[in-house]
Amino acid sequence: MTASTKSVSPATIPLNEQDLQEQRWLERLVGPEWARLIKGVLTNPLSVTGLVIILGFILIAAFAPIIVPPPNATWDTTLIPRDGFGPEPKAPGSEWVRNAPGEIPFWYTPLTGREEWVHLWGTASGQYDIFYGVIWGSRTALMIGGIVVLSSAIIGIFVGSLAGYYGGWVDEILMRVVEVFIAFPFLVGALILASILVPKLGRSIWPASIALIVFGWTGYARLLRGDILATKERDYVQAAQAAGANDFHLILRHILPNAIFPTLVVLSLDMGAIVLSFAALSFLGIGVQEGYTDWGQIVSFARSYIFSLDRYWFIIVYPGLALLLYGLGWNLVGDALRDILDPKLRGKR
Amino acid sequence: MSQTNTASNGTPSSQDSITEVKPLIEVRNLKKHFPIRRGVLQRQVGAVQAVDGVSFNIIKGETLGLVGESGCGKSTTGRTILQLLSPTDGDVYLNGHSLTEMGRSELRKQRRRMQMIFQDPYSSLNPRMTVGNIIGEPLLIHNIGNAASRRERVQELLKLVGLNPYFINRYPHEFSGGQRQRIGVARALATNPSFIVADEPISALDVSIQAQVVNLLDDLKSELELTYLFIAHDLSMVRYISDRVAVMYLGRIVELSERDEVYDHPLHPYTQALLSAIPIPDPFKEEKRQRIILEGDVPSPANPPTGCRFHPRCGYATDVCRVEDPEFRNLGTENKPHMAACHHAEKFV
Repeated sequence: MTASTKSVSPATIPLNEQDLQEQRWLERLVGPEWARLIKGVLTNPLSVTGLVIILGFILIAAFAPIIVPPPNATWDTTLIPRDGFGPEPKAPGSEWVRNAPGEIPFWYTPLTGREEWVHLWGTASGQYDIFYGVIWGSRTALMIGGIVVLSSAIIGIFVGSLAGYYGGWVDEILMRVVEVFIAFPFLVGALILASILVPKLGRSIWPASIALIVFGWTGYARLLRGDILATKERDYVQAAQAAGANDFHLILRHILPNAIFPTLVVLSLDMGAIVLSFAALSFLGIGVQEGYTDWGQIVSFARSYIFSLDRYWFIIVYPGLALLLYGLGWNLVGDALRDILDPKLRGKR
Repeated sequence: MSQTNTASNGTPSSQDSITEVKPLIEVRNLKKHFPIRRGVLQRQVGAVQAVDGVSFNIIKGETLGLVGESGCGKSTTGRTILQLLSPTDGDVYLNGHSLTEMGRSELRKQRRRMQMIFQDPYSSLNPRMTVGNIIGEPLLIHNIGNAASRRERVQELLKLVGLNPYFINRYPHEFSGGQRQRIGVARALATNPSFIVADEPISALDVSIQAQVVNLLDDLKSELELTYLFIAHDLSMVRYISDRVAVMYLGRIVELSERDEVYDHPLHPYTQALLSAIPIPDPFKEEKRQRIILEGDVPSPANPPTGCRFHPRCGYATDVCRVEDPEFRNLGTENKPHMAACHHAEKFV
């Protein structure tokens, strides 16, 4: 080897490998882009607030049996226990006579100063306990968000990758299919499909979830397709192709990892938004049965009292607050992610 | 497009006879047209004739310089030879095997013998992969060795291109442009290819770094017995590194000969105009330098001029030039061919 090939001095960069690993362990672990995202989210006060809120809901969901235990061991925890069948909602603090939680948890007496269970946040008509519904409803919210968003994202990523990478008639057909779905207003389409599915699947979380997936994946497909179209022209993709990589390798190793971030932003925003849509369907009485631990379903109890909400405010305020906070948490994180990925968008909507 | 360089099919035989070696790369009447689609039905209304009937040989161990102004089809030629773009017509032979007739998987296997170095070192490296993974990727794709031996090979390659082997776990953004280009060179060398297309490998680099990279390429060539197609628009750099030089204009090769022949006795008016634009680093000579200023712009490759493609800008153009496509013919000797496509080339011999 001649001298000229050795002429570049790497002096500007620290040489010791150990130093480097200590210096940027996060980057070594997950790569520079992820490291930047994680650092960005963890240093932005707004997104930290969002993460704290989301973590709070995860903790509430995880410890729901300690916060409000079900009335007995065989109780279906997705059903709100009823204290009788009276139509008149009871105010917060009234006595819990029938189907009260089995035992008094350790936090209850110190915090409320009571020896026996009361309806902490009141009851809805039909004597459904709102406190139980809101606490256990966080499980439903996380599960719905997870199922619907992940399923739609997986379908959307698959379709978007195929359409963007192969182009041509594959792209034409897939995008026309997407347009058929987009032609329906999202909520109206989901509403109609869910009400068709209810008689077939019975009242559970599934009709509304499936409807939201069917009308939700198109957004991911379109977004990702565009990013893949841009990414696949990059030189490093051509380089891998020149090296002999096959389509599978190109998509999974080079194109998708570099095109996925905008999709991740939408995914995090949707985690909140989907729960709101699900709540909207529940509020309209489509999907879960009456008494299911779902925030939207609890709010729907207030429908009959729309003119007397000054008296029965608790039916709408507590589950409404839960919905608001949950949506806010994911939105804060999603907005922060978007700002990190595209600083030009900061502050815009 | 119906016209082709009819004569070009006959010429390579004369080149074969002087070297008496089978060429490593044979390009025969290569064409790459990009369709232009218009209207509701997306009917093809024309084609951008980026490369239109190009033929040449590259003999093992030589560097063929390919020059021409922006948009004349140099890069497209390089990429079509490597089958990164599928040719519209024509053939490319590597060691006598036709790359255009090869099946996809067979072509992928052959790719380890031919590699590419890209123009922009910032977009040719996947930002999400470590240097080790980038350079080792061709080895991984072709299943060469195991993880440990690949790592060893990557470190060896890093040393070969003048980088510190410690850099193996770094990410591309930690490097300067010149260092990144060295990484790109190392990647191209990973599978021990015999043929490398260098697509303007230095034009994105700082002038001070250009010499380093060109010298690196030159040293590697003699050390590893490489064959280059060196695409550039920097005429002095091409003269420095090439054994033979081809000049391209609007999708065609207009002149092809040994380096000094082309630079000292250009036979095509376009080549003469190009060469007259090289500044001379001597103020007294530079003052007297006669520049041939070409009038007008490069015509659109979607609608090339009739006859000789250069005639609208050529000072020597006559009626025959407007009508008849000039033959790409040998104006040198049998032993020292000097190919040019000009009706009036005899004037300049």
